[in-house]
Amino acid sequence: MIDYSTKINPTLKNIKPSGIRKFFDIANELEDVISLSVGEPDFHTPWHIREEGIYSLEKGRTRYTPNKGFIKLREEISAYLKRKFSLEYSPQKEVLVTVGGSEAIDLCIRALINKGDEVLIPEPSFVCYVPITQMAGGVHVTIKTTAENKFKLMVEDLEKAVTDKTKLLVLPYPNNPTGGIMERDELKAVADFIVKHDLIVLSDEIYAELTYTGHRHVSIAELPGMKERTVIVNGFSKSHSMTGWRMGYAVGPAEIISPMTKLHQFAIMSAPTMSQYAAIEALRNGDEDIEKMRSEYDMRRRLIVDGLNKMGLTCFEPEGAFYVFPSIKSTGLSSAEFCEKLIYSKGVAVVPGDAFGESGEGFVRISYCYSINHITEALERMQAFIKELKEGK
Amino acid sequence: MEKKKEKLLNILSENAQLSNEQLSVMIDESLDFVKEAKKEFEKEGIIKGYKTLVNWEKFGKATASAIIELKVTPQRNTGFDEIAARIMEFPEVEFVYLMSGGFDLAVMVNAATMADVAMFVAKRLAPIGGILSTATHFVLTRYKDGGKVFANDEEEIDERGSNLCD
Repeated sequence: MIDYSTKINPTLKNIKPSGIRKFFDIANELEDVISLSVGEPDFHTPWHIREEGIYSLEKGRTRYTPNKGFIKLREEISAYLKRKFSLEYSPQKEVLVTVGGSEAIDLCIRALINKGDEVLIPEPSFVCYVPITQMAGGVHVTIKTTAENKFKLMVEDLEKAVTDKTKLLVLPYPNNPTGGIMERDELKAVADFIVKHDLIVLSDEIYAELTYTGHRHVSIAELPGMKERTVIVNGFSKSHSMTGWRMGYAVGPAEIISPMTKLHQFAIMSAPTMSQYAAIEALRNGDEDIEKMRSEYDMRRRLIVDGLNKMGLTCFEPEGAFYVFPSIKSTGLSSAEFCEKLIYSKGVAVVPGDAFGESGEGFVRISYCYSINHITEALERMQAFIKELKEGK
Repeated sequence: MEKKKEKLLNILSENAQLSNEQLSVMIDESLDFVKEAKKEFEKEGIIKGYKTLVNWEKFGKATASAIIELKVTPQRNTGFDEIAARIMEFPEVEFVYLMSGGFDLAVMVNAATMADVAMFVAKRLAPIGGILSTATHFVLTRYKDGGKVFANDEEEIDERGSNLCD
């Protein structure tokens, strides 16, 4: 008998499994569950993009691409970032095509973080930054954000957390799960902090296309002195409804993109070829698709925020991504209790906020990647649930 | 305002079932704005009606439809309008389009059976003065209608699941 527990990397073994998994298992066992829990678009990839993927297969274009991705795709990414966010990156040296944004995050952290290096990670946020930091031997330092501050990153908090070991700040805005965004003047303050302490920023901008309140996304790399200190991670999953294609990218200083490419070539070789063809089409002819989907998300966002406020769950108005993050503190329940009761009594699945870090306790994440009818029914069920809670049933 | 009105029309053209309350939240305007705009659209004939797209075949009710190409002699002063007006009065007629190209009017006719459609063409359409010829094309399968896919028996399953890496 092999004792596998002695074989597995202890750092990996000690990484806590996420609490969401258990919760999804419940959801899968019950019948008539209506979910508001997923984190990916409900739209199909627009047909002209799918068709380009199909063509590439038909033509037998099924070989490896260059490690960094097709130069044509890198040129399109560069042109897109210029067109949308006034960012300038050299397709030859500063763009790396990856297997989803997730790979780019992993590469960036592993390329930068050495044993004992500290990484500042805002919370609540996407679940991967902490474990990747741990695997790299780094130390994660969480920076709590609050509903009172619209879940924005406050420089005072950063100043309290920074040490001489700090190397990297993860900047995940527009934010999953809160829907918070960072505006230009707020980023300016963060930029000054970064320069002052000689840090690097990993800016996860996967939701950059999905902002709603008239504040278009601003990348921190656009601010003076920041391009040389920023690695931007972005991709096609959320903007073009292309989650399953696994298409992401990183852009940044050649001096960081180059070692990231080194890691990428050993682990991955190159991102999927057909997906790269589809991605080229997405960037060439997909701007309208983005607008259509964004406008649809915006209407759903309004419906959900309105519905939640009406049932007495205070809800900070999310300005980006496709989640709302209402407080459930008025019910007196913990996030996990709220979600369990809700799913057992009404069959509505939402995600407990503490799955995204301790500071998410007292909140739940509700996704609006669902049709209006679906959302309407879920809201009705939730309203009945809240009413019953209040009546003490 | 005009933009919001266009948005309202866009939403309604996709889903006429939404309540005025929902619409007002979705476009971020007052309830009165939505009510007034709808009333105005109806009055001006911009909104022509609210109906449900039914897949009758799936319900088990057989129907027959045909697109009929008509060649007609345009009338002095009124052109094609007069003939079109006569044709569109029939309740069997779903649409009448004036076309460019090899024929003049395209008419969609719905009836209970193919024979009924044929009878309608022979007895009602063909004898109208000014109609030179008819060519009847029966619909065999409705793959997509009213912007919605009909010929798909597989229910779409939401495969999205519990990936943490969202």
